[in-house]
Amino acid sequence: MPETASSQALDTFPRLLLEHAQVRGGKVAMREKDLGIWQCWTWQKVADEVRALACGLVEMGFKRGENVAIVGDNRPRMYMMMSAVQCLGGVPLPLYQDAVANEMLFVLVDAEVRFLFVEDQEQVDKVLELQEQLPQLRHVFYDDPHGMRHYTQPFIHDVRELMEMGRIHNRNHPALLTSEVAAGSPDDVSVMLYTSGTTGRPKGVCLTHHAFISAARGGADFDHLTADEDILSYLPMAWVGDHLFSFAQAMITGFTINCPESAETVMNDLREIGPTYYFAPPRVFENLLTQVMIRMEDASAIKQKMFHYFMAVARRSGAEILDGKAVSFADRVLYGLGNFFVFGPLKNVLGLSRVRVAYTAGAAIGPDLFRFYRSIGINLKQLYGQTETCAYVCLQPDGEIKFDSVGKPAPGVEVKIADNGEILVKGPMLLKEYYKRPDATAEAINADGYFMTGDAGMFDDEGHLKIIDRAKDVGKLANGAMFAPNFIENKLKFFPFVKEAVVFGDRREMVCAFINIDIGAVGNWAERRGIAYSGYTDLAAKVEVYGLIQESIEQVNSELLGEGPLADSQIHRFLILHKELDPDDDELTRTRKVRRGFVAEKYGVLIDALYAGKDSQFIETAVKFEDGRQGKVAADLVIRDLKTFAIAGRAAS
Amino acid sequence: MSRQIGEVVLDLKQVSLSFGGVKALTGISFDVREHEIRAIIGPNGAGKSSMLNVINGVYRPQEGEIILRGQRFTKMNPYKAAQAGISRTFQNIALFKGMNVIDNLMTGRNLKIRSNLIQQAFWWGPARREELEHRAKVEEVIDFLEIQHIRKTPVGRLPYGLQKRVDLGRALAMEPSILLLDEPMAGMNVEEKQDMCRFILDVNDQFGTTIVLIEHDMAVVMDISDRVVVLDYGKKIGDGDPDAVRNNPDVISAYLGASH
Repeated sequence: MPETASSQALDTFPRLLLEHAQVRGGKVAMREKDLGIWQCWTWQKVADEVRALACGLVEMGFKRGENVAIVGDNRPRMYMMMSAVQCLGGVPLPLYQDAVANEMLFVLVDAEVRFLFVEDQEQVDKVLELQEQLPQLRHVFYDDPHGMRHYTQPFIHDVRELMEMGRIHNRNHPALLTSEVAAGSPDDVSVMLYTSGTTGRPKGVCLTHHAFISAARGGADFDHLTADEDILSYLPMAWVGDHLFSFAQAMITGFTINCPESAETVMNDLREIGPTYYFAPPRVFENLLTQVMIRMEDASAIKQKMFHYFMAVARRSGAEILDGKAVSFADRVLYGLGNFFVFGPLKNVLGLSRVRVAYTAGAAIGPDLFRFYRSIGINLKQLYGQTETCAYVCLQPDGEIKFDSVGKPAPGVEVKIADNGEILVKGPMLLKEYYKRPDATAEAINADGYFMTGDAGMFDDEGHLKIIDRAKDVGKLANGAMFAPNFIENKLKFFPFVKEAVVFGDRREMVCAFINIDIGAVGNWAERRGIAYSGYTDLAAKVEVYGLIQESIEQVNSELLGEGPLADSQIHRFLILHKELDPDDDELTRTRKVRRGFVAEKYGVLIDALYAGKDSQFIETAVKFEDGRQGKVAADLVIRDLKTFAIAGRAAS
Repeated sequence: MSRQIGEVVLDLKQVSLSFGGVKALTGISFDVREHEIRAIIGPNGAGKSSMLNVINGVYRPQEGEIILRGQRFTKMNPYKAAQAGISRTFQNIALFKGMNVIDNLMTGRNLKIRSNLIQQAFWWGPARREELEHRAKVEEVIDFLEIQHIRKTPVGRLPYGLQKRVDLGRALAMEPSILLLDEPMAGMNVEEKQDMCRFILDVNDQFGTTIVLIEHDMAVVMDISDRVVVLDYGKKIGDGDPDAVRNNPDVISAYLGASH
């Protein structure tokens, strides 16, 4: 290719793409499993197809700066379309593929989308549903022609037609794309990602080439990523994490992205590819572990014995070996044997044999879960970031893994904690603005140029950041100490017996808790001990169950002691609720988050009893059954005091 | 619609079938046109499955004849039927339970394999090339029916609805011109039925395959078929488009309106 890309600075994604096509044109850039075979695109082929797509868009009347919506599963052509749009100085706007039509409407209108690239018939149908409300829409392109034979609308096109048009256009104007790429600037917006909008309307986060390149390069250098990595791209393209890992970092380092055959085959595809670099939210790791455990239950007695024996070895020394710490010779030998008999085959089954670096983010990960993966030798790490920061704020450095922190500020990122505990960040990876929302932009970035994350956190002695809670939920105890309910509740919920927890303490003398037991886990525990019970309410009131939960909470108390300012948040009293908190009764949101205010109001009498020092309290609650009937649950709830630990250095005061 | 219903491809004339003294079919005549979806309905024991078995030669009728694309068969047999492009699925799923999905679908390609036993045993030369071609065809079927995730799962471990889909897949792997479906939706839940309807319509639409199906679910039959033939006690009591059949008084008394 006669590109002059390498003489330009590699400061935009299109220039990086052209560079890869020149330097490693024959190397595989993308794979997708189709018809049972992993189909490959080399960097050269990617560059050629991107060129065809881009020229086709020009032919269709695309203008610089325009937003192009992209909706579909992770597929090579979806990523190529992003590149094509970027080549022309446009802004790709990936949307969640499982959003219903009406959820897409707001974004499509807000971003004034004229061009839309969708994966298949399903997405085309959604667009047709919205057609009348999208007067600005000009063209819809689809990737998968399956089922599209009878769509005769003139504005719906097969993307192959677009590429064919582009190839002809390119023959007539061969210099066009080069000049378009040359006209791009690192300060142009490279991608727009809408925040999910749990509070208010979704906002389009505009991220520049410079921001994403800084974030991707920082991360790639941090973990020494090379062009030889393989990554499985299976998380929604509209999520900032996927854009960082599957698009930006691939463009920086030149590694290979692999797209699964379908959503159902991901586990299988993972095994076939054996990625060296892997990213998944905690629930994926949790599901994997659950599957392993279930299959172990069915294994023969010898295998079970072997598994449990070597897992105990791994728990003792696995994480230390991974971190390069001193471990006794005997344990090393045992771990080596375990690796041969158990961990190796296990990693192979999980498709994680080749993983050098794995990351998790997006939610709190339970320490046991995290430890499990590290102990069998998978270098699983946590990171912290938001859409507004290109998912790049803190990373855990190799060898310095702490289970309860998200690591140290990433290279080039400045992190500080505001007086109210909020985490503020500054660096090249920050958003340029919220699309057409200067008010929101001004609110989010303060006068000194720090982005306000809305999360509360603190640094420990070694400079690792700990995320505590959403800043708006953080309160103060009566003595002025910080009170972070979610942080404590998460700690409680990591115990399998605790399904749900609600803690109270804002502007109060001490912290008290409501607990919901997990009927499955506790029920099983009770059966094994021969404790008979009739239902949730009965089980929840058992003395033995109270004892079980008390132990868990006291363990949390001892952990809180080491949490600096949160040591005062040790739980003094608790009760186990007589019914499960339920979205049908408005106590939880549909996504199962506790509606704190509502619960406090509904169970006011219980809170009063907790703080008044009573030993028990009668309560009667109306419940809604699934078929719409109403009923009442009444119980005399026991309230228990808990052991708390004296805070060192303060006992005298 | 690009699908155009064409000439008569399959014509049954005065077909009678009996097992000893039991008359399963009595003087039945109907035709099937190219690219159409033709349904056979009727109460239990009406002779629907027997009719299908006559078409692909499992049963030989004592009287009557079958004319397939102008060719007259008084004695059809399953091998001839398959060679003539007729494939079928079964009411009670007749898959190889211990074999995985790919292998089951590959059996559907059996008739098209040209290499001999020895070549195949050594997977040598033409046999190897041929198998790759057939596997590619099978993969197209897998893609079409969206069963990628169970490609290597033994069929016996699959839920019933998916087994039905694999059964259809094996019939499709033959690249039939006429597809006989024996109660493709029996025992399925609403969602599985919807999926199956979609696949049947897609097969008919994309490949132009002529479809003859037996089905109990009236809503399904009336929705997807072009013409319906109604049997009762081995006799034909109605024939025509769904609306005509629905309003036919004989049909109403025998089947639709009666409380079975």
